[in-house]
Amino acid sequence: MKSLEELQKIKERALERRRMSAEGVRVRVVVAMGTCGIAAGARDTMTAILDELEKQKVTDVAVTQTGCIGLCEYEPIVQVQIGDGEMVTYGKLSAERVPALVEKHVVGGEPIAEWAIKQTA
Amino acid sequence: MTVFRELSQHLLDIFENGAKAGANLIVLNIVEDFNADRLVLELRDNGSGMPAEMVRRIADPWVTTRTTRKVGLGIPFLKQAAEMCGGEFGIESELGVGTRTWASFQHSHIDRPPLGDLVGTVLCMVVGFPMLDVLYQHTVHAATGATQEFNLDTRELRAVLGAEMSFSDPEVLGFLREMLEEGQAILYGEGTTTNAE
Repeated sequence: MKSLEELQKIKERALERRRMSAEGVRVRVVVAMGTCGIAAGARDTMTAILDELEKQKVTDVAVTQTGCIGLCEYEPIVQVQIGDGEMVTYGKLSAERVPALVEKHVVGGEPIAEWAIKQTA
Repeated sequence: MTVFRELSQHLLDIFENGAKAGANLIVLNIVEDFNADRLVLELRDNGSGMPAEMVRRIADPWVTTRTTRKVGLGIPFLKQAAEMCGGEFGIESELGVGTRTWASFQHSHIDRPPLGDLVGTVLCMVVGFPMLDVLYQHTVHAATGATQEFNLDTRELRAVLGAEMSFSDPEVLGFLREMLEEGQAILYGEGTTTNAE
């Protein structure tokens, strides 16, 4: 059984790593989780992101959700922002696309232009 | 036809309403009673609540889609799912106190969607909404008469992790996922990690 003592040890290890590397939150990943997003598979997209971060031991990413952002036809929508840089909004970001997104953009720092929603301003 | 393939997607959707209402605690309560052939899903939040007039109209999709844009279609979808599976739907809310939404189902109803990926859903609730706490309570009354329970309370986890650690940490994610998988095994018997239906 998982115990709170085990969680305490995880915390101590993580804080020790952080002292060694001075790491903080480097990347923000936001998954749109309105009714439209969930109906299009946003929950599976988000669990796939969490699975990738866990598997690849990525420690400097904060994953959160947001509601409907008014682009329902593009759901599931995922936004990625590195540091204070520009936020890239991806459309139709299904769970199958998550490993490539995490590898190329979240970890590698290179946005995937063809999956981004083109802003027509 | 339902919009969501899994009841856990409805749970995530209603959960989002509570988060938008500014709740800092959302209780997710699931009770499966195989003797009474009943499944009850309940979400309670301590958010802003709604005026009585909105509560009265909230389950009517024609009204809510037009006038209460911020609530959306999620509640009518859940009500429809419950009612087509021999169940009922209810919502109670009080301004400044919070909202309670519940839906019941005939557990064995042929049209009842499966609970689905509860591990992933609760993980999304816990990690995706860092501004609020989650209490997940799940009880299964088996046909044999045995009762199994599993609870996960992020307030207990946060007390250990402190403010400087996030649930997005890969080791914490692994801990949470394994804890939830163990919970499923307790509820449905060893060797089962998903609610296979």
